[in-house]
Amino acid sequence: MMKLGDGPMTGNPGGADPRPLAIEARGLVKRFEGFTAVDGVDLTVPEGAIYGILGPNGAGKTTTLRMLLGIIEPDAGIRRLLGTDRPHEVAHTVGYLPEERGLYPAMKAYEAIGFLGALRGLPLAEGRRRGKELLEEHGLGYAIDRQIRQLSKGMAQQVQLLGTLVHNPRLVVFDEPFSGLDALNQGKLERMMRGLAEKGTTVIFSTHVIAHAERLCDEVAIIAGGKVPFAGPVDVARDRIRPQVRLETRAHEGSWRQALPGDARHEGTHWYFTLPESGIEPLLRALIEGDAGILSLSIERAGLHDAFVAIAGEAAARALEQDKEEMR
Amino acid sequence: MTSPHHTGRLSTLAAALVVARRDFTAILFSRSFFFFLLGPLFPLLVGSLAGGIGQKVKMSVERPILGVAMSPADTDAMIRAQKALADQLGPAMPSLLVVRELKPGEQFDAVAELKSNRANLAAIVTGTPLKPVLTGPQDRIADWQGRVGMLAARAAGDGPMTFPAVGLNSVATSKADQTQSRVLTAQIGQTVLFLLTMLLAGMVLSNLVEEKGNKIIEVLAAAIPMDAVFLGKLFAMLAVSWVGISVWALVGGAVWYGAGHSLADYAAPAVGWPTYFGLGVIYFSLGYLLLGSIFLAIGSLATTVREVQTLSMPVTMLQLLNFFFASFAMAMPGTWVEKAAMIVPFSSPFMMLATAAQHEGLWIHLVTIAWQVLCVALLVRAGAAMFKKRVMQSGPAKVSKTRFWQRRAPDSAEVTGDPATP
Repeated sequence: MMKLGDGPMTGNPGGADPRPLAIEARGLVKRFEGFTAVDGVDLTVPEGAIYGILGPNGAGKTTTLRMLLGIIEPDAGIRRLLGTDRPHEVAHTVGYLPEERGLYPAMKAYEAIGFLGALRGLPLAEGRRRGKELLEEHGLGYAIDRQIRQLSKGMAQQVQLLGTLVHNPRLVVFDEPFSGLDALNQGKLERMMRGLAEKGTTVIFSTHVIAHAERLCDEVAIIAGGKVPFAGPVDVARDRIRPQVRLETRAHEGSWRQALPGDARHEGTHWYFTLPESGIEPLLRALIEGDAGILSLSIERAGLHDAFVAIAGEAAARALEQDKEEMR
Repeated sequence: MTSPHHTGRLSTLAAALVVARRDFTAILFSRSFFFFLLGPLFPLLVGSLAGGIGQKVKMSVERPILGVAMSPADTDAMIRAQKALADQLGPAMPSLLVVRELKPGEQFDAVAELKSNRANLAAIVTGTPLKPVLTGPQDRIADWQGRVGMLAARAAGDGPMTFPAVGLNSVATSKADQTQSRVLTAQIGQTVLFLLTMLLAGMVLSNLVEEKGNKIIEVLAAAIPMDAVFLGKLFAMLAVSWVGISVWALVGGAVWYGAGHSLADYAAPAVGWPTYFGLGVIYFSLGYLLLGSIFLAIGSLATTVREVQTLSMPVTMLQLLNFFFASFAMAMPGTWVEKAAMIVPFSSPFMMLATAAQHEGLWIHLVTIAWQVLCVALLVRAGAAMFKKRVMQSGPAKVSKTRFWQRRAPDSAEVTGDPATP
């Protein structure tokens, strides 16, 4: 495995983000019996950011997170978590909610939270006390003394989520946190994640639902086939696609039509095309001079979904849609 | 969630104790633990019942009941003589039961009486004390002939009437006797150690199945080193075993002591009883951790309880092999076999406990204990590494069965990966 230099880590290499990095990964590779699950992944997550890893099932999201957390070792590449390449050294400042949730069924809810805290170095009694408080705060006070086996799947998931946060971690890693939650609890979780980031906690999560990433993330990594074709701010991802122009004209024919870009397509009175590199002003001038009779004109910035399609390819986008359907 | 907490990085040992505490309390407060405690008491109960019955049978065989059919005066004399001699000779003297007091001139058919055998008699004495006749099975009456003769002599007034008190002057056993007796103590110690290890270490096999089934293994693996998970599980099971052993020892010891046994029945081990028991505790713990670390590693690779059950048989055979090796080595003192049994980590605890029974030196125990601790650490680390490599991965759910020349290169645009575990 390569070794990182001793220089200070700062966010967004090549970019302007001066924040120190919570996570840095360079060229991570993981193979399983001839199958390359992760193939040269690079990630940089600034401290205090909400960072999304976006990709369909099987893209390598969980394997990447597991390598970052030290659950499995990479076959090649380097990873640094909160300044160290030995993740267990900073485990007491990290929280992790795995995709496959799991608690001991015989434990009571507050005991489970206390135990998860104890694993992260919080004294057991303190963790249990905080567990009771957290359950009360989140409207689960009635479940404090209930065994995990007596709770619904969704409630058990919330208990585990609270256990992930009981020790006030600096970095929280969620693997598909929204799966298995109803819309109401998805909203609650989004608010909780924003709250964590506001307090300075770094949040990194994987998802195959673009809407969550679009609403929450400062930065995303798009992962497909074990590779990361894009990692950076959401705005930069969206800017990978030129904005789309929708034009409505009174006239159907005229010299102005020669000024439209080559990809322009016509539907009724509307024209759709990508904003030209030269900007909108030269086009507007040509339309006015050519007497096109502009009825309406709008420029729409591309969404993250379009960016994902453009970056990861149609196949990945189709897989993403399939995953969403299966989730429903 | 705003108040600051003082969390600190856990050492491997501290992390292991978190896991151990959880496992220990979970097992101790489970209903099945009660049955775990009761389990070995059943064989103890059955054993003591069987022993009691056996003892009774043995006593009845060793102390037969002989019928007496003589004149009333002779019968009285025989009974008095039996009582007097039984006080001196104990169980060696047969019991007497009056079959019939014969009138003068009355004939008595002892053979017919024995055939009917209403009183379950071993033989019948007839005639007179001066001329007794013993009727019974040929192979038995020869044994009782002398004792019946002594009875009759006493009844006739010819035997000793008083018995002087005999002063006792004991001497230490010879070196050869002592060595022989200590071999027995060593064998008993080895066997007890083996039985306890076999009974208890096998439980470790299924120890990670729960975590794998509950998916909590990933939470553990992310928070603490896998070595700590393994060590914690071993510590917990060892503690559970000690609770069990303490209960069994208390109950079994009380029954054993109540039955009139004591340690004085056995030759004291060379290192003395307290040190021997202390070493027994240490060697059980180390033997348990050594075998347990192997079982835990093997069991961790199993995905279902059924697989664990399948694995338990070869594992038991492995334990037997160790025991036989250590027993064999004990019979070959001073040879390379004995040294090998001390060095091979899995037979070392058995061998060293036997050594403690036979030899006084303690330094060799310090060396082997250090060696065994090192082996436990290495085995735990190796087991954890294997588990991490073989189990904690999210590789493809199924490996392609197609031959390499039939595989096609993946389309670069195609999304690859395992659909179950991204």
